[in-house]
Amino acid sequence: MVKAVYIDHEGTEEELDVPEGWTLMQAAISNGIDGIEGECGGSCCCATCHVYVDEAYLEKLEPMSDTENGLLDNTVSKRKANSRLACQIKASAALDGIVIQTPEAQS
Amino acid sequence: MGDPIVIVGAGQGGLQLAESLRKEKFDGEILLIGDEPHAPYTRPPLSKALLLGDMSVEQLALRNPSALEKKRIGLLTNTRVTAIDRVAHTLRLADGRVQAYAKLALATGSRARELPVEGADLAGVHRLRTLDDVLAIQKELESARRVTVIGGGFIGLEMAAVASKLGKEVIVLESSERLMERVVTPPVSDYFLALHLGKGVDVRLKTQAQALAGNDGRVSSVILHDGVVLDTDLVVLGVGIIPNAELAEAAGLACCKGIIVDTCGRTADPDIVACGDCTATLIDGRMHRLESVQNAVEQAKAAAAALMGLEKPFTAAPWFWSDQYHIKLQMVGRSSGYDQMVVRGAVEEEAFSFCYFKNGVLIAIDSFNSPSDHMVGRRLVGNSAIRLTPEQAADKSFDLSSALN
Repeated sequence: MVKAVYIDHEGTEEELDVPEGWTLMQAAISNGIDGIEGECGGSCCCATCHVYVDEAYLEKLEPMSDTENGLLDNTVSKRKANSRLACQIKASAALDGIVIQTPEAQS
Repeated sequence: MGDPIVIVGAGQGGLQLAESLRKEKFDGEILLIGDEPHAPYTRPPLSKALLLGDMSVEQLALRNPSALEKKRIGLLTNTRVTAIDRVAHTLRLADGRVQAYAKLALATGSRARELPVEGADLAGVHRLRTLDDVLAIQKELESARRVTVIGGGFIGLEMAAVASKLGKEVIVLESSERLMERVVTPPVSDYFLALHLGKGVDVRLKTQAQALAGNDGRVSSVILHDGVVLDTDLVVLGVGIIPNAELAEAAGLACCKGIIVDTCGRTADPDIVACGDCTATLIDGRMHRLESVQNAVEQAKAAAAALMGLEKPFTAAPWFWSDQYHIKLQMVGRSSGYDQMVVRGAVEEEAFSFCYFKNGVLIAIDSFNSPSDHMVGRRLVGNSAIRLTPEQAADKSFDLSSALN
């Protein structure tokens, strides 16, 4: 299990144990984290699992695909340098303790 | 406490409706009733990542039990509702029990259409709609060498792409003269035909299966309308869906291609709303039925609001997507009736969009590996304030989002 901390836009924290190989979107959906919608079920086509990733973990993530980059250009809440889609972040030992913040709105 | 709001159908729409009720501050009891053995799960990956083995069944779950509990959403799985008594405000369940409701939401979804030919009931012939369908296909896919897909729509083609990726010999039979005829434009059909042919899939247009034949109760060949016999190890049907509107119809609610609702998900009964695949809505004088996640989710939000006495209609342009091989097709708007199409981006680089205009107005965009065009398109299509010329759309250096300003 990989620990992941989700912080909503009002600052409320929730810590989840995410099975390795699951995406942070899947764990959020399964646990009913409201700040993540994941409307397309993780197909990387709706940009409703937009998150801001804690700087300390940003470099440990896989580089983003053109698809993810294109979707992030059009998120409802503002894109920042640490914006990623949670459906593209797979839980792994290297990411244990990762902190992500959910934006004010996804859609 | 009074009777609960009961939601019939525990798919994407039903679950969304339940959660939206909480978001709209409904504090009473909510009961979600589904006829599948599984708790709510996400359907789109069934014909993509799950089938390909990139995702586990557990990862499909939309909510775990504690997440539902936290929101005080009751869930009955494996439970079929057989009748609605609108006067008594009760439902009859398949096991004979009676469930009272204060308000009712129908999110009964749809089911895969059967193929009305001899042999369709043989083992090795599968529909592709539910998790159990896909698990059954997966089990047999491993040992199958030849796979026949009947129906060249989205589901059939996604199945063909997966089977081809897994190294199977794949044949697609489509009765009309082009792929995905009902839902995409001819240039999109042509593009996907070339894509599948290029991957070695044997796509046969204007071809109908007349019968399926088998050995010892298991399918072994498909007999075409012209008498040609194709050997096969596995048959997957992707010949469309039928909305599950019978329950509503039997209760006297108006149905036409689905349960008729307004843009807020309301039926003619003030205590009953509906959302998702099972519904149809009158738009511009025609009945429309959308079969998509977006429709299930957005109608559910509107319907939940309507149950709370709020007016939050769903009127956004429809969007949809399909993954086939390395191509991600994303569609927004209704392209039917277009009189001009321009290409944005480079087709040879496999990243481009077809932009459709009618009387000079942008009505739809189909994007191929161009998510940015699609996302901007969702804000452009149907927005009467925008001004975008076909020339601008065709110019990749022109920033589409600047048309919003």
